[in-house]
Amino acid sequence: MGSKNAAGGIFDVAIIGAGVCGANIARRLSQYELDVILLDKEADVSFGTSKANSGIVHGGFHHGSKYLKARLEVQGALMFDRLHRELGFPFRRCGIVVAALHEDEMRVVDQLYRQGVENGVIGIEMCSRERMLELEPKLNPDTVGGLYAPAGGIVEPYRFVFSLVESAQRNGVEVRTSFRAEKAEREGDLWKIRAADGSFLSARYVVNAAGLFADEVSRAFGAEEYTIRARKGEYYLLDRMTRARPDRVVFPVPTSVSKGMLVVPTVEGTVLIGPTAEMTDDKTDTATTREHLEMILGNARAMIPSISENDVITSFAGQRPVLEEDFYIEPSRKVPAFIHVAGIQSPGLTASPAIGEYVKDLLKESGLRLVERPGYDPVLPERPRMFDIDHYRADALVAEDPGYGNIVCRCEKVSEAEIVAAIRAGHTTLDGIKYFTRAQMGRCQGGFCTYKILKILMRETGMGWDRITKRGAGSELLSGRL
Amino acid sequence: MRELSYDAAVIGGGAAGMAAALEIRAAGLSCVILEREDHLGGILLQCVHNGFGLIEFDEELSGPEFAERMEERFRASGADAYLGVTVMDVEDAGDRKVLFGYSAEHGILRVSVRAVVLAMGCRERNRGNIRIPGARPAGVYTAGLAQRLVNMEGYLPGKDAVIIGSGDIGLIMARRMSWAGAKVHGVVEILPYPSGLTRNIVQCLHDFDIPLYLSHLTTGIFGGDRVESVEIAPIEDGAVRFEKAFRIPCDTVLLSVGLVPENELSKKMGVELNPMTNGPWTDSRMMTNVPGIFAAGNVLHVHDLVDYVAEEARRAGAACARWIRGEGPGRELRVKAGPNVRYTAPCRVGPESPNKLYLRTLIVKNDAVLEVRLDNRVVQSRKKAHIQPSEMISVTLDPKDLAGAGPDSVLEIAIL
Repeated sequence: MGSKNAAGGIFDVAIIGAGVCGANIARRLSQYELDVILLDKEADVSFGTSKANSGIVHGGFHHGSKYLKARLEVQGALMFDRLHRELGFPFRRCGIVVAALHEDEMRVVDQLYRQGVENGVIGIEMCSRERMLELEPKLNPDTVGGLYAPAGGIVEPYRFVFSLVESAQRNGVEVRTSFRAEKAEREGDLWKIRAADGSFLSARYVVNAAGLFADEVSRAFGAEEYTIRARKGEYYLLDRMTRARPDRVVFPVPTSVSKGMLVVPTVEGTVLIGPTAEMTDDKTDTATTREHLEMILGNARAMIPSISENDVITSFAGQRPVLEEDFYIEPSRKVPAFIHVAGIQSPGLTASPAIGEYVKDLLKESGLRLVERPGYDPVLPERPRMFDIDHYRADALVAEDPGYGNIVCRCEKVSEAEIVAAIRAGHTTLDGIKYFTRAQMGRCQGGFCTYKILKILMRETGMGWDRITKRGAGSELLSGRL
Repeated sequence: MRELSYDAAVIGGGAAGMAAALEIRAAGLSCVILEREDHLGGILLQCVHNGFGLIEFDEELSGPEFAERMEERFRASGADAYLGVTVMDVEDAGDRKVLFGYSAEHGILRVSVRAVVLAMGCRERNRGNIRIPGARPAGVYTAGLAQRLVNMEGYLPGKDAVIIGSGDIGLIMARRMSWAGAKVHGVVEILPYPSGLTRNIVQCLHDFDIPLYLSHLTTGIFGGDRVESVEIAPIEDGAVRFEKAFRIPCDTVLLSVGLVPENELSKKMGVELNPMTNGPWTDSRMMTNVPGIFAAGNVLHVHDLVDYVAEEARRAGAACARWIRGEGPGRELRVKAGPNVRYTAPCRVGPESPNKLYLRTLIVKNDAVLEVRLDNRVVQSRKKAHIQPSEMISVTLDPKDLAGAGPDSVLEIAIL
């Protein structure tokens, strides 16, 4: 993986939180002569907010230009094409439409349009009913008009994070999972960070990108006191065979509190509907509720009437970290060498590449010396996926590695070789393998392939059956050997 | 790319696939089974309990024994089987069809055939399909996956289980988990009657004192990293009484909430499906709307007994062989699912030849009457001591029953 240990466990920068922000910051810093470590308390990267969200590269019209998040959103959105070329994660600019179902909603649409223009968004367009139905024929025929942002797009958020982390690792960043930063103190000009399991490391600079738990991390470092609240969003995922798949992301007209529930044609061919937006007290609560799921179906059908509950293959919920109206990205005024990247709710995913850039600049202003590293390689080698290739290319691949011919997940066409690649890239839980390869993510939801993945995982890692988990310690899959 | 050529290919090497291939071979045609697992036998191999074979082999066998008997017949027939081959795609090439099978051993196989029998079976409906809300901890399995883990891999998926749905696999697994030392705290069924066979209710639940909660909706699955409880609420007079909901502590949830014929590949070939069964519409020969593509077994409709699967698939195989030889179906009559009949398979009959149909009823009833009507004239009437949706009913129609059928005649099957 090319990662090297910093001398004596002392790093130039420790990034706490391997979600989409931490991953972007880590990769950005990997371009310099620095020892960087990316830490996460979970068993794998991208296991928090970054794994369960809408996966939208936003159109830059939802927020006014006075906000930092609006500026980072527009800048971040423009960075996706290059990142996609370099890293190969699933991404497509399919465009976004905002559909107004009543005349009075057109006032808000008008405002969104002005906001978008002011933010410098390219190609944004006010649409008549006819234009809307031409752009998205599956829309409710009662649509009265709307907005079109052609540059808006879709991304698989966890695959985005995985590829950023992999790229960072190839360029020397160290990644440590199952590391819960619990306590920190100053030792000279260093931060000494102690984990829940007693292990520790030292770093000259610390970036707090801990998402939902940024407040706890801040407290552990004696930095600013604040409270991150969690806003839960529930989703339904529809089978790729659904007839209701739109060509573009369909938004309702937003309200003052939320962008509303969307219909998202995912890059992988399925359809995502949701999310709800509900404040919760428990940051680990990702339970769905009957009422909300029914509400999502109702809202989605108002825009795309052909959406059917028969197409549902799974439901899930994610938590978004809410702090204040805007992102909170600045150096601590209370303690040295500590940067907050907190309250990154929507459009955090879109803004994340720009956040990487922004935090790099903040670190530089705080005194971190940035010297470009010769040999930095931004490009990840392409990883073949059976889903994407034709039979002839597939045949050639199987000749190289027979594992490509063994289809483990029939629903999403994932081969044994792809599962092995995921494991070798460090994804050793069932969920990690799922997000990396899509195996277990299709219509049977792992009914057919779970036992096969289990066996491959044991074979490749040497782990016993009692150490196989869904997503880390505590989520063991099996309870006994017969 | 390795190329193969046969008269017919059968996709799937379970009971249906082997039975169909046997008949095609018996008609003197060449035939190959493409099977994605490393063994023939399909789901039978994990069904280690008894109760199979009473019709097909006239004795009670376990699933693996039934599969072994079928495989002996299949091997003797001289048909070929490629194992570890997953058919991912089909192309139409004029009067031939080309299947692309993915295999670690052979690379991509390009199999050119004149006709195809679909015998891919079915898959289990999962939590998302029935939209059970709640958390997503480890410990939620479909009953079939749990059966695989216990019977073939030798692992126990949990110690304290609740089974949602009273389908046969769930009932069988209630017993199997109990034998393996786990405690099964209940089986939860949304309907007022069980979905599985009566004999399984008795042998798998009553004999083990496992409570059956009929008319209960599962309102949530809870837990952090691993399942901690399942919440269920009674349904009274058609309304869910959420205020009476209660939680059953457990570490494992098994779902036995129905099976769905697995027709994604069929759809790729242009095969049209009957929304009542999620299996293809077929004519009296069990040929789909795509000429040369036949279907049998659980891919056509979900069966209750493997013996019926084998019987149906033998007819499909024989019909496939006749089609390859150019024999037409002759005249056909549409079969209408009448009152209290959910569906019939196939949904057409040939008035000039004997016909056998399978159907499922929508109701639970004692002293029911099965009536076959040709243009509103009753041509067959049979008493049934007890009927229920979980048990398939077969109907045999002779040409004499169908005598007098005109070109626009409709045959209706009703349960009264």
